[in-house]
Amino acid sequence: MSSIDPRQELATRLGLAEVPPARFGDVTDVAHRLRENDYLSNESIASVTFLADRLAKPVLVEGPAGTGKTALAQAVAKATGSRLIRLQCYEGLDESKALYEWNYRKQLLRIQAGRAEGSTEDWDALEEDIFAEEFLLTRPLLEAIRANEPVVLLIDEIDRVELETEALLLEILSEYQVSIPELGTVTATQIPMVFLTSNGTRELSEALKRRCLYLFVGYPDVERERDIILSRVPGISSALAEQIARVVRSLRSLDLKKAPSVSETLDWARTLVLLGKDEIGEADAVATLHILLKYQSDIDKATKELAGRSKGLA
Amino acid sequence: MTEHVDAARALTAIDIGDRAMVKASLAATLVKNSDHLPVFSTAFDVYFAHRSMSSADLSETDDATDDTSELSGDDPSAPGQRGRGQSRGRGGGGGTTMSAEELAEMLLSALMQNNATMMRQGAREAVERYAGMEPGRPVGGTYYLYRTLRNLDLEGMIEKLIDLGRADGQSDDALGERLARDEARARVEALKAEIEAEIRERLVDDRGAQALGKSVRKPLPEDIDVMHANRDEMAQLERALRPLSRKLATRLARRRRRRRRGPVDLRHTVRRSLSTGGVPLDLRFKPPHPAKPEIVVIADISGSVASFARFTLHLVHAISSQFTKVRSFVFVDGLDEVTHLFEESDDPAEAVARINAEADVIAFDGHSDYGRALMSFHERFADTLTKRSVVLILGDARNNYHQAYPEILADIRFRSRSVFWLNPEPTNYWNSGDSVIREYAPHCDRVVECRSLRQLEEFVGELA
Repeated sequence: MSSIDPRQELATRLGLAEVPPARFGDVTDVAHRLRENDYLSNESIASVTFLADRLAKPVLVEGPAGTGKTALAQAVAKATGSRLIRLQCYEGLDESKALYEWNYRKQLLRIQAGRAEGSTEDWDALEEDIFAEEFLLTRPLLEAIRANEPVVLLIDEIDRVELETEALLLEILSEYQVSIPELGTVTATQIPMVFLTSNGTRELSEALKRRCLYLFVGYPDVERERDIILSRVPGISSALAEQIARVVRSLRSLDLKKAPSVSETLDWARTLVLLGKDEIGEADAVATLHILLKYQSDIDKATKELAGRSKGLA
Repeated sequence: MTEHVDAARALTAIDIGDRAMVKASLAATLVKNSDHLPVFSTAFDVYFAHRSMSSADLSETDDATDDTSELSGDDPSAPGQRGRGQSRGRGGGGGTTMSAEELAEMLLSALMQNNATMMRQGAREAVERYAGMEPGRPVGGTYYLYRTLRNLDLEGMIEKLIDLGRADGQSDDALGERLARDEARARVEALKAEIEAEIRERLVDDRGAQALGKSVRKPLPEDIDVMHANRDEMAQLERALRPLSRKLATRLARRRRRRRRGPVDLRHTVRRSLSTGGVPLDLRFKPPHPAKPEIVVIADISGSVASFARFTLHLVHAISSQFTKVRSFVFVDGLDEVTHLFEESDDPAEAVARINAEADVIAFDGHSDYGRALMSFHERFADTLTKRSVVLILGDARNNYHQAYPEILADIRFRSRSVFWLNPEPTNYWNSGDSVIREYAPHCDRVVECRSLRQLEEFVGELA
């Protein structure tokens, strides 16, 4: 068995002295420790997180916005006592923002300083000097690789970068190393846990998907959503949480432009608690719908559906 | 290949006896697209039918790693057959002891309490009683499902559940009513899924996993043939269309912005160079201004191709921001402009729904007449075509033996930038019977076969 243990294999490849210990004992341990950090997982979330750790593989988390993809990475970081390093992706992200960049300004200063002294420093020495680690600005990906302590790397909204930019990530995802032409290859000194999130606005490349475990996080069912509300909103009654979860499910079943996300559900729950409600009447629901829904046409539609009548002014 | 290795490795890291865990691991390593998850789930249930397979069968690691390659379908031996028959007695035994009323009663109270064990038991009884399954009979699972559900009156159960809930003192304003109904419906759906699973397992027992594995293979929504879709598939298509058009719009917007860089932006470059001591290390460019085409859609909305026209109009208008202008015309044997419907509403689906009711497209007998439609378009709107217009004609070119007037299409092409014809029929049907695509084809830049959403998306993507 040990011959195919992926963690050990990777540790040997990276040249680590010892295999870093696995973070989780078993799937129940994952679920339990995430819960302690206020993250309610379900079966597939817990199993995939557990596997990611055991297989030392990145996880690609896909699902609609606001279903707790980013929160999962944050909770895992907290539960394992790791540092969270986050790379927020956006259109136009390039390697100088994701991996590393040479500090041009400092390099220029160094060259000019050399000249000013009037020394006859030869170019080779100077070149070697200005391409040293001192002049390297580390960006999140390199940072995660170079860290000595355990880290969780979160690559957020990967679907926002262009298809070509994805290629930047491939080396780090499969080999846990970064090649810098002037310096050589920087390999990881621990096995970072990597989460990539995507809202699915475009297909990701096969190459990227192949390197990751896949986890789909959809909207939670009523029971899980109720539990999420209970754990995240202090002072809410179980009956109200249940009712909120049901209203939200009904809303999601409508054909809306933007269905309410879990975070919006939580905002709504907090509002209702602040308003001192312990039950949702029709009027309360209609009056506070704008917290859940962000399009006027959605609000109109929901008002009509939920309250069985249309309201003139919203 | 990497995926298979990962799946095998994953199975060594977990407790193989835990069915749910095995399923989750295989899903995480083998399935990389959320649309494929339901298919995976069905396949998993077929190959690892749980009630007919004891956990002892699964406890050997070696077996289970074998099974992974099974799932991708290269290995001829069927794992589902191994546990076959050994526990079949459980479900079959008690079937006849219950009367129809007792069964309905039991299902109702199972639904009322939301009790999963009781529901499973009830589902088993119901299938036993109503599905009338015969070994070896070559009928699909949907047939048995239909027979079972017809006898159960699930709609009635929803009403009963709501009534019972009301008696329990749930609030009875419109909101409470709505919530109770949704809850009842969700529970009944769960029961339906349970019945479906039961039927599927019995079929696995009867025919073996391999045979069934073939028959449950369903096409993905993008691949469904639009012209021959049944009602379920149509609903699936409708649902797939919105995310599809949104994705397409994002992709096109992104491509447009990136495609070419404009000229160097001197001001910006100089400003950037200040931080590097005046050395312009980082060139900045002005954003490009590529010309957007103007789209004219002329769609046949007669019965045979109506749904295809609807999807295309929806898609084109959903990405209308990618074009300077989109004008839409629909016809059967008369022609009418429907652009205003799309301009009035910000939801293309709604506009498409209004076309049928509001467009005035029937001039004579209500059979497609391409020649007349083109003539009428030419008469009224030819002047609006410019060298930036791209004309899309949607239809099967089945002209019901009317006159085709291809020369009119030639003139339309002369006035516009290009003419594309999207034909929802498979290529080998073209020119058979009353299809006159042959006559129109020389006057089109391209005639494209467009049978599924995937083909449609590809074409529209190239257009923008």
